[in-house]
Amino acid sequence: MTISRQDVAKVGLLARLALSEAELDTMTAELSNIVGFVSLLAELDTSHVEPLAHPLDTHNVFRDDIPQPSLTTAEALQSAPRHDGECFLVPAVLNESGAA
Amino acid sequence: MQPAELTAIDIVTAVRQGDLTAVQCTQAFLQRIEAHNGSINAFLNVDTAGALATAERIDKRRSQGLPIGPLAGLPVAVKDAICTADQPTTCASKMLAHFRPPYDAEVVARLRAADAVIVGKTNMDEFAMGGSNENSAFGPVRNPWDVTRAPGGSSGGSAACVAADMAPVAIGSDTGGSIRQPAGLCGITGLKPTYGRVSRRGLVAFASSLDQIGPMARSAADCALIMETIAGHDPGDATSLTGGVPRYSTQLDQPLAGVRIGRVPEHFAAGLDPEVARGVEEAFAVFKAAGATVHDIQLPHAKYGVPTYYLIAPCEASSNLARYDGAHYGHRATRRDEEGHRTPRRDEAAHGTTPHTEGAFESPLVEMYCRSRAEGFGPEVKRRIMLGTYALSAGYYDAYYAKALRVRRLIRQDYLDAFEQVDLIGGPVSATAAFKLGEKTNDPLAMYLVDLYTVTANLAGVGGISFPCGFTKSGLPIGFQLQAPALGEGLLLRATDRFQHLTAWHQRRPKSIPSATPAVR
Repeated sequence: MTISRQDVAKVGLLARLALSEAELDTMTAELSNIVGFVSLLAELDTSHVEPLAHPLDTHNVFRDDIPQPSLTTAEALQSAPRHDGECFLVPAVLNESGAA
Repeated sequence: MQPAELTAIDIVTAVRQGDLTAVQCTQAFLQRIEAHNGSINAFLNVDTAGALATAERIDKRRSQGLPIGPLAGLPVAVKDAICTADQPTTCASKMLAHFRPPYDAEVVARLRAADAVIVGKTNMDEFAMGGSNENSAFGPVRNPWDVTRAPGGSSGGSAACVAADMAPVAIGSDTGGSIRQPAGLCGITGLKPTYGRVSRRGLVAFASSLDQIGPMARSAADCALIMETIAGHDPGDATSLTGGVPRYSTQLDQPLAGVRIGRVPEHFAAGLDPEVARGVEEAFAVFKAAGATVHDIQLPHAKYGVPTYYLIAPCEASSNLARYDGAHYGHRATRRDEEGHRTPRRDEAAHGTTPHTEGAFESPLVEMYCRSRAEGFGPEVKRRIMLGTYALSAGYYDAYYAKALRVRRLIRQDYLDAFEQVDLIGGPVSATAAFKLGEKTNDPLAMYLVDLYTVTANLAGVGGISFPCGFTKSGLPIGFQLQAPALGEGLLLRATDRFQHLTAWHQRRPKSIPSATPAVR
């Protein structure tokens, strides 16, 4: 299994990770190697096996609909890199052209 | 005997009876930390003032005749992946270097309510991703048995601080072996409980269907004591199990007659170090002498455990770690992020000579995300996020992620079938004793294979315990692992406790720990 440098660049964008040229090179080689290894699973016939996403028989857990204390705004903002006391501050969400 | 050499049970008994004050005990361990953390690097933060203040409060309450908790005066070290409102919680990552959690994790709240003394936060592989502790952004932990060797990971700091008598008890977390493997390489006892037995609320999420918190100590009896405090249902964790928690400590002293232990012949195939194999076989003989019977069993899909794990865990991690966006908490890149520079759109970037992510941002916000994450995460975390994102992306989901989930069911079925025939499964924790720092750092796949014997328990959601069963000729601990059906913690602790009554491996201590930081590599 080989993964192209272009694939890695695309995945980097999806993962919101800025990768340097050098990282793209090493990541391409390493991911190809790892994906080759995990492809061992392909030899198993699992056509009649249901996926198991979770070790427990999970179901939705609801609590009673009674108001309870939660984090205050100040607590929620205490580790924010930038805030104005009410909201998290972030750079422009849209480009100048308006294209997101 | 020095307080720093006492077991957790001895400490809480001595404090309750007034033979030792919480302050004396806390000071003794703080002195050990002061003397040895420079060479071991097990702690990322030591809360000297907070620990002593807590200890003073406990002593005062006791002197006034007021009730004290079941862990009163017991120093506990907590892995830095577990939130503490009064101490940093970095996950050994630059991403969270300045993060201060707004609340205590449920396990920390329970420890405090039991009057334990939280002495500090322990080093680990960044975001718990690794098997050697070399992925910490704040330097590797060194194995107290040989400081040129790795302590294992990811709970390497928790294992090393107990092995070096810097804390009698530590809390770790185990996603693919991160309690059991370092416990094995450091010669201590570590329990990974059944998935859901201990609340994960406040544990920084790595792979949510695999993560589980557990105790690390010098003996099964001490782990049992801690489990009675930390296990049990938490309404704040929707995956927390609702059943009652047994009094594990009171159930240890029962013979093993009639207990059936499974042995997997494939565990002893090529790749298992002969010294480790010998130690493990001798442990089976000890269990037989204790009245258990040993039966060869099969886990037919065990060889698919590591590839299955290295799809599921990175997929879940890529999703969980999406929360680190530079906006809510954690590292934020400062370059250009809010100066209003126009950055190229994705379609424009695609026309460049080499399509790559640098400069290919859709908006200043996306650029801030991408740069913050690039700066905050270390190489292994990036690798796993990339692997998970790839395996979940359109066109590959069925071939990788969904395939791994199907194999996961086969692996769990292997366990269900095996536990029809036996009560416990025994075997090695790791294929070798502690390896040299730097030995595997250039080969991600070689590092992934250190989880060979441990990942399947997480995939199946069952519990496992590891403890020392001998030493190599060069003096390194050899670990033994027992696994049990879901909610079999009582039997895991009891079987290990019986073993520890017949052997003294768990009482050995590293002979001397250098006080200065040695050169590595």
